Amino acid sequence: MPDAPKSNSDSLKKLYADMLLIRRFEERAGQLYGMGLIGGFCHLYIGQEAVVVGLMGAAQEGDQQITAYRDHGHMLAAGIDPKAVMAELTGRSTGLSRGKGGSMHMFSSEKKFYGGHGIVGAQVPIGTGLAFANKYRGNKSVCLTYFGDGAANQGQVYESFNMAELWKLPVVYVIENNQYAMGTSVERSSAVSDFSKRGASFGIPGVQVNGMDVEAVQKAGEEAMAHCRAGKGPIILEMKTYRYRGHSMSDPAKYRSKEELTEVREKRDPIENFGKKLIDRGVMSAEDMKQMDASVKAIVIASAEFATESPEPGLAELYTDIYA
Amino acid sequence: MSTEILMPALSPTMEEGKLSKWLVKAGDTVKSGTILAEIETDKATMEFEAVDEGTIGEILVLEGTEGVKVNSPIATLLADGESAGAAPKKSKKDGPKEKSEDPKSVADKGEKVAEAAGRAPKVEVAADPEVPEGTEFVTQTVRDALRDAMAEEMRRDELVFLMGEEVAQYQGAYKISQGLLEEFGDRRVIDTPITEHGFTGLGVGAAFDGLRPIVEFMTWNFAMQAMDQIINSAAKTRYMSGGQMSCPIVFRGPNGAAARVGAQHSQDYSAWYASVPGLKVIAPYFAADAKGLLKAAIRDGSPVIFLENEIVYGRSFPVPKLDDFVLPIGKARIVRPGKDVTIVAYSITVGQALEAADRLAEEGIDAEVIDLRTLRPLDMDTVLASVKKTNRIVTMEQGWPICSIGSEICAQVALEAFDYLDAPPTKVTGKDVPMPYAANLEKLALPMVDDLIAAVKAVSYKE
Repeated sequence: MPDAPKSNSDSLKKLYADMLLIRRFEERAGQLYGMGLIGGFCHLYIGQEAVVVGLMGAAQEGDQQITAYRDHGHMLAAGIDPKAVMAELTGRSTGLSRGKGGSMHMFSSEKKFYGGHGIVGAQVPIGTGLAFANKYRGNKSVCLTYFGDGAANQGQVYESFNMAELWKLPVVYVIENNQYAMGTSVERSSAVSDFSKRGASFGIPGVQVNGMDVEAVQKAGEEAMAHCRAGKGPIILEMKTYRYRGHSMSDPAKYRSKEELTEVREKRDPIENFGKKLIDRGVMSAEDMKQMDASVKAIVIASAEFATESPEPGLAELYTDIYA
Repeated sequence: MSTEILMPALSPTMEEGKLSKWLVKAGDTVKSGTILAEIETDKATMEFEAVDEGTIGEILVLEGTEGVKVNSPIATLLADGESAGAAPKKSKKDGPKEKSEDPKSVADKGEKVAEAAGRAPKVEVAADPEVPEGTEFVTQTVRDALRDAMAEEMRRDELVFLMGEEVAQYQGAYKISQGLLEEFGDRRVIDTPITEHGFTGLGVGAAFDGLRPIVEFMTWNFAMQAMDQIINSAAKTRYMSGGQMSCPIVFRGPNGAAARVGAQHSQDYSAWYASVPGLKVIAPYFAADAKGLLKAAIRDGSPVIFLENEIVYGRSFPVPKLDDFVLPIGKARIVRPGKDVTIVAYSITVGQALEAADRLAEEGIDAEVIDLRTLRPLDMDTVLASVKKTNRIVTMEQGWPICSIGSEICAQVALEAFDYLDAPPTKVTGKDVPMPYAANLEKLALPMVDDLIAAVKAVSYKE
């Protein structure tokens, strides 16, 4: 869990700073990928920052998170050291998984972040199992289980919904609807495109949320988690959001128009819009923001340097961590 | 000082590309997100965005240029207040400071390092614990031994629970969980819906959180629906997390052919699971081994595949009456010593091997029978020591012949004990067909005692 802010104004600034950190981190990751320092698949979270930052703003100590492979933002929002995340992206010994996981496979027991899963939808039963553990232990923790509009068509999601409602498990299913499952739009892949209703036949309530508005996300998150903590079982939050970059680094995103992307960037950007609100409300000045931007940039540059200067894992690492 | 903008790699395999079009020119100010150029990769034409803000100083590669190498400078970027003439600062594109060693050069440094780079380190497994003299043995079915193992571990550790189809109120489809619901209640003995993929993943999640689930598959055939969660989630997470997160879970249920249930319900999955790093695989025959190894599996920190056999459930064997009888995972056992030929078996074929050995003895062939008990890690030390004594080996299993457990053992014997062999390593397996339903064909598809006897005689060069 990130450090708790002291006042309302501090907590608003923190939401802004956390989103900005993800944005700058992802831009830098994209650059390192371009330089060949990050290999394989790399899925950037740019555009969707308000979703994870708003929900972490609603989470409490002990709550768990699990997501798919577009996971860098979730880890930063969970308070995991950006250096360790970036060094994992570059496959170095100082990475979160000591270089053996990569972009899609990272975990932190300490921060209750359970991955980082490369198989679309597989994290959903696992997140349901984390919620099962909460109930079994009799604690009040909730598991935030994130998946996309694409994963929402996997069968195991509905197997999970059934058990979660049957056993009243404390799990918030966060469907990050960024409108494209790789290159296939929601309209072309989903018979019912209102994902908040996907739990209806199991009796799971669902809410649609403007996922580009961090405060709306936080408020919806608080209500959803209160629902779970009250023992009422699972709930679905459909986050209407948008990813600016391609599905992965090698996706030219020709399946959508430039105008569509430009319009979202100019009118709905979660960071720009929230920044304007903070200035209007007198929470931050333009000068404050410039300073914050500089300090976030410094963190990201330091993490990139750390990630490019750290050594690769030793060869003996090949055979460690296979068995407990 | 200005910085260089480098030709980006925009796919996992790109080494060079075409600079199709510049969207900025010298003197333009840019910020993060500004599209600088269009670049044609080996896969597609991509937009290339700026990360840093500043002013474009000089375009170094003209648009339309093909074969531009990844990481070569294509433009310069000036920070605030710089002029275009400023000397470009070399971009940082160095690899790690301490370059990892080339595996080839390392191999020369001695066996120890070569092992680290090329071959899995050897797993040392303790011997079976001594059963104290005078210990009473009770005759028990494999079914009851499995039940007792689960009950004892559930009494010992509150984090252990059992879930699966019909395990609670129905008392288990094969009655392995008889009485557990009454003793432990429905919080810890949980009937699931028919949803293998879902409850397997749910069990994995509970294990990531530190609970110790026992997941029963009504039969292993149904676990095919859950294969992704077993392999990709349970087996690989400890490695992918750099040792941070473990998955202490037991998947158990009957494996292999039952009787006349046809192709989809009759398959031996031993070789499939035994090939996966991150899993441990156990396939016992005797009741005492079933009990001691299931207790060990439940205590183990790694995911364990526990392969039982429906036909063996009702067989009775002596089990030592001890408070806490736990056996080591990864240790084979010589269940009948002999000097002429080694027979390696596991699960139901151990019974067949012992029957064959009795009949072979009548014909003057003294067979040594090894019960593997664990299939991963495979106890090759015990097998090799036996082969070096008998100079002959026949393996026996129900599984298909291609890439079978026997294939692996024969290959390792050929590699490690070639000079000791007096005959080719030989395997007796199920036939290379889906299981037929008709009684006569099913019998033909399964490995029989007579098949084993014929194979042993063949390697002994006897009629």
